Amino acid sequence: MTLNKTARGAALGAAVVAASFATQTVAGGHGIDLTGKTVEWVIPFSETGGSAKWANFYAPLLSEALPGQPTVVVKFMPGAGSTKGANWFQEQSYDDSEGTLIFGSSGSTQFPYLLGDPRVRYEYNDWNVVLASGTGGVAYLPPAMSAKMDGMDATALQGEDFIYGSQGATRLDLVPLLAWEMLGLNVEPVFGIKGRGDGRLMFERGEANIDYQTSSSYLKGVTPLVEAGTAVPMMSWGALDADGNIVRDPTFPDMPTFKEVCDATPACETSGEKWDAWKAFFIAGFPAQKMVFLPAGASNDAIVTYTAAFEAIKARGDFAEISGARLGKYPQMTGDEAAGALNSATNVPDAAKTFVVDWLKDRYGVSLDG
Amino acid sequence: MDFFTLALPALGDAAGLILQPVVLGYLVMGVVMGLCVGVFPGLGGIAGLSLLLPFMFGMDPVLGLALMIGMVAVVPTSDTFASVLMGIPGSSASQATVLDGFPMAKKGEAARALSAAFASSLFGGLVGAAFLTLFILVARPIVLEFRTPELLMITIFGLSMVGILAGRVALKGLVAAALGMLVGVIGEGAFEGELRMIPSDWVYADSGTAAFTVYQYMGDGLKLVIVGLGIFAIPEIVALLRQDRSISDRSPLGGGWLSGVRDWFANIWLSVRCSIIGVVVGVIPGLGGSVVDWIAYGHAVQTTKDKSKFGSGEIRGVIGPESSNNAKEGGGLVPTLLFGIPGSGSMAIFIGAIALLGSGNIEVGPSMLQNNLDITYAIVWLLALANVVGTLICIAASGGIARLTTIPFGLLAPFLFMIISFAAFQSGQNLMDLVALLGIGLLGIMMRRFDWSRPAFLIGFVLSNPAENYANQAVQIAQSRFRKSMGEGMEYIFSPIVIVLLIITVISVVVGLRQAKQIMAEGEVQAGTKRAPFIFLLVVLAFLVTAFANAWTIPDYAWRDRVFPMFVAGIAVVGALVLVVQMMIREEAHPLFADREVTDAEVNSHGLWSTLAWFAGLLALTAMLGFILALGLFLFAFIKVRAGRSAGFAAAYTVAGIAFMCGMAALLNRDFPPGLLQSYVDLPWPLT
Repeated sequence: MTLNKTARGAALGAAVVAASFATQTVAGGHGIDLTGKTVEWVIPFSETGGSAKWANFYAPLLSEALPGQPTVVVKFMPGAGSTKGANWFQEQSYDDSEGTLIFGSSGSTQFPYLLGDPRVRYEYNDWNVVLASGTGGVAYLPPAMSAKMDGMDATALQGEDFIYGSQGATRLDLVPLLAWEMLGLNVEPVFGIKGRGDGRLMFERGEANIDYQTSSSYLKGVTPLVEAGTAVPMMSWGALDADGNIVRDPTFPDMPTFKEVCDATPACETSGEKWDAWKAFFIAGFPAQKMVFLPAGASNDAIVTYTAAFEAIKARGDFAEISGARLGKYPQMTGDEAAGALNSATNVPDAAKTFVVDWLKDRYGVSLDG
Repeated sequence: MDFFTLALPALGDAAGLILQPVVLGYLVMGVVMGLCVGVFPGLGGIAGLSLLLPFMFGMDPVLGLALMIGMVAVVPTSDTFASVLMGIPGSSASQATVLDGFPMAKKGEAARALSAAFASSLFGGLVGAAFLTLFILVARPIVLEFRTPELLMITIFGLSMVGILAGRVALKGLVAAALGMLVGVIGEGAFEGELRMIPSDWVYADSGTAAFTVYQYMGDGLKLVIVGLGIFAIPEIVALLRQDRSISDRSPLGGGWLSGVRDWFANIWLSVRCSIIGVVVGVIPGLGGSVVDWIAYGHAVQTTKDKSKFGSGEIRGVIGPESSNNAKEGGGLVPTLLFGIPGSGSMAIFIGAIALLGSGNIEVGPSMLQNNLDITYAIVWLLALANVVGTLICIAASGGIARLTTIPFGLLAPFLFMIISFAAFQSGQNLMDLVALLGIGLLGIMMRRFDWSRPAFLIGFVLSNPAENYANQAVQIAQSRFRKSMGEGMEYIFSPIVIVLLIITVISVVVGLRQAKQIMAEGEVQAGTKRAPFIFLLVVLAFLVTAFANAWTIPDYAWRDRVFPMFVAGIAVVGALVLVVQMMIREEAHPLFADREVTDAEVNSHGLWSTLAWFAGLLALTAMLGFILALGLFLFAFIKVRAGRSAGFAAAYTVAGIAFMCGMAALLNRDFPPGLLQSYVDLPWPLT
C-alpha cells in the first residue's frame, strides 16, 4: 500500500516535471521568478461566496507551486454583481504588476458580459487565462412531486405550482429557470434571496418546492436530505465531453441529465433555438464557471509560469482527495484546454443571446439594452 | 432520551478534544489576536478571520477551530471598548451599548461600565453555551418552523423598538426610522434590480465619470459600517472636539471594575433574560443578530421601574445588550453548523475555513449532528471558554484603558479620525467610502443637534432590507398558497408563532409609546429658536418627497421594487408634514424645537463648521495625494494648530500614527485609497 503510494507519487512527480518542461520548451520561455514577491489574487465578490472558497482552496497550493514560493493573498473587491471588480481589472496593465496580479472570474462575471449588460466595461479577449475550473448542478424535488414523474417524463408535473427561491433571473439562475420552462413546468421564482444556501433553506422549510444547487453544495447540503427522504434528485445539468456533447455528470453518474429528461418529456425538445440557447448558457455558466486570468499584456513567460504552477497542483498525489470535497470531480483545465473553455464560455452564438435577452424581457420584464 | 444516549458521550469526547494544553494555548492565541483586531471599531471578525485563513489549510482541525473560535468569540466583547469609551459602535452587536455606556464614561464611570459589560458578556456567553448544549439536538425542526412570515414578524418586532427609542416627540422618531429605511433601500432592488435614488442612466455613463463611479459604489447600497460610524461616531467626535476637553471631565471614580461586577450581579436576572433573548434570536437564520441588542435594550427599559436615567448612564442599559450579544454568537452557530447557512459575515468565512481544516472531512450542514456531534460540542464549548479567557483579559485591562477618557480630546481625535477612515475604507476600498462617511456624518450631526432619534434611524436602516425582502417574499408565497385553497393560505400566514409575535409586538408598541416620553436615549436637550429646526425638517421633507417621487417612477413590471420604498416614504412624508404644521402652531419652548447648540452654547469653544472642516480637509487631501500622504499632513497640522502642541511633538505624533496605520494595513494586507497624484506617478506602497 505504502509502496504503491510512493510509486504513484514518484510517477506523478515525473509527470509534473515532464509536463512543465514540455510547456516551457514548447513556449520557449524561461518563466518568471517570484521569490520574495506577494501575488494578489483579486476576487470580485465578498469574502463569503463560492468564489472565495474556490480561491482560498487554491491560494496556498499556488504559493507552493509558483517558482520562488511567493506569498499568495486573496483580495476581495465586491460590487455591482462582480462587474465592479472586473472593470477594475480591465484597467490594470501587466507592466505594473509583472505577474503579481491575477483575477478570478465566475459565471456571474460571464453572464452580464454575454448579455450585453451596460455595467460591463471589460473584455475577456484582452485577458490571459491560466486556469478554468468546471462545476455542475443538480435540480431536486420534494418526494411527493418526484413520485408524479413517469420515469424521466416530467409531463405530469406540468399542472403543479412550483415556487423557487432565486437570486435573479439574469444570473446563473437563468439556466434552471429556462430548463424548467422547457419542460413545461410552471415555476414562479421568489427573488430577493442572498445565496443558493438560502434557497435550499426555503426548500427545507417547505416554502419552495423545487430547487437546484451546484455540485459541491448539493453533496454537502442536499445529499443528507435525500438520505432522510425529504428530497429527491430530479436531474443534473450534465457535463461536456471532448466533442462538446452533453453527457452524464461524472460526479453523479446515476442521475439523468436534463437532456435525457427533456428527450423523455414530449413538451421539451433537444433541438431548435430554445435548446441551443439553453446549452450555450449552460456551457457559459457551468463547465467553465471559474477562471483565473493574468491582466492584458501579460508576457509569455508569466503565462507559462502560471500554467505550469496550476499543472503542478493538479498533478499532486493528494489533489483528487483534497479537491474532491470542495470542487467536485470536474476538470481543472490549463493551457489550450483552458483557452478552449474560455472561448466556449464567452462566445455565445448571437441567436442564443438574442433568444435569452428576449426571453428575459418577455418573461421577467428585464431589459438589458436600455 | 437522545440526550443520554447521544449527547453525553459526545460531550465527553468534546471535553477530551478541548482540554489539552496545546488546544487551550491556540485558543488563548486566538483570543489575544481577536482582542487586538476587535478593539478598533469597524474591524471585526471578518478582518480577523481573513488574517487567519492562510494558515488554516491542512491544519489540525481542533487546533484550527480553537484559533478561529478564540478570535470570533472575543469580538463582541472587545468592541465594547469603543462603544463605551468613545461612543463609537464597535460592531453591529454593540450599537445599543453606546446609549448608556458612553454617558457613563463621560461621568467618569468608564471602568464601572466596562466591567459590568464584560461580566454580562461572559455570563451571556456561558448561558448561551449551556442552552445550546441541549437545544442543538432539537434545533433543526424548530428552526425550520421559522418561515418567511415568521421572519417578517420578528423584523417588525425589531422595528417596534423604535417606539421606545423615539425620543420625546414620537413622530420625529417615526420619521427618523423611516429615513433610515429609505437610506437602506438606496441602490439596486433585490427583486427586479431597479435602481432606487440613483438615476438609471448613470449605469450607462462612461467609465471613469463621476456618475458611473457613484453608481458602482451606491448600486449595492450603503454599508452598515459606514452608516454606523457616520451616524454615531462622527457626531460624538465632532461634539467632543468642539468642547475641547477630555471625554470625561472627572477623574475616574474609585472602585472601578469591582463595582461594575457588583452591578451586574445585582441585575443577574435581567442578564439571564437578555442572554436567552440573544440565543433565541441568534438561532434564527436570516436576521444575522443585528436586532438582538436593540431588542435586549428595549427589554431592559421596559423592565426597569425608574426609566429616567436611560440615555444618561443607566447601568441596566449596558447589561442588557451586552448579555445578549455574546449569547447571540452561540445562537448563531445553530444555522451555521446545522444548515450551513452563515448567520453573519464572519460565520460565512468560518464555514469556508472549516473546509480547509485537516483533510476537509468536517462538513458543515445537515449532516453535522450525525457525523460530527463531538466536533459540534467542541465548537460550542470552545466558544464558551474563549468568552471566559477574553473577559478576564478585558476586565484586567479595563482600569488602565479607561484612563483614555482623561486624555485631552484634541490629542485623541486625529487618531480616531484616522481609525474610522481606515475602517470605513475597508467596506468598499474606494475613496467614495470616505465621501459617504462624511455625508452620513453630517446627517448624524444634524440629527444629534435637533434631537432626532439616531437609534431609530439606525434600526430603520438595519432592518430595511429584511423588512422589504421578507414582506415581498411572504406575499408572493402566500399568493401561491391562496391559489391552492383559502385554508392553506391562512395557515401559512397566521401560524401560531406569527400570532404570538404579533401580540408581543402590539404590547411592546403600546407600552413603548406610553413610556417613550420619559426616556431620553440621548440626554436632555433644550429648545431653541424655531428657525434652525424648521430648516432641518424641510431638508428631511425634501429628501422624503424625492424618495417618494423616485419610487413612483419605477415601472409597473418591477412593482416589487417599488412597493416598499413608496409605502415607507408615503408614511414619512405625511409624518413630516404633520411636524411642519405642529412647528408652525407651537410656541418656541416646545420640545419640538430641541436644539443642542442652545444646550451646549456655553461649553462649545469651537464652531461646528471649522471642526468639521478638518475632517473634510483630510478627505480632500486624500482625493489629491492618497490616504497616507494626506494623513501625514492632517495629523501634523491638527496637532500643531488645533491641539497647539510643539512642532516636535506633532512630528512624533505623525510618525507614530502613520507607522501604526501601515502596520495594521500590512497585517491585514490592505491598500489605502489612492488620490489624483497616484494616477500620474507610480509610488511604492504604502503611498500607492
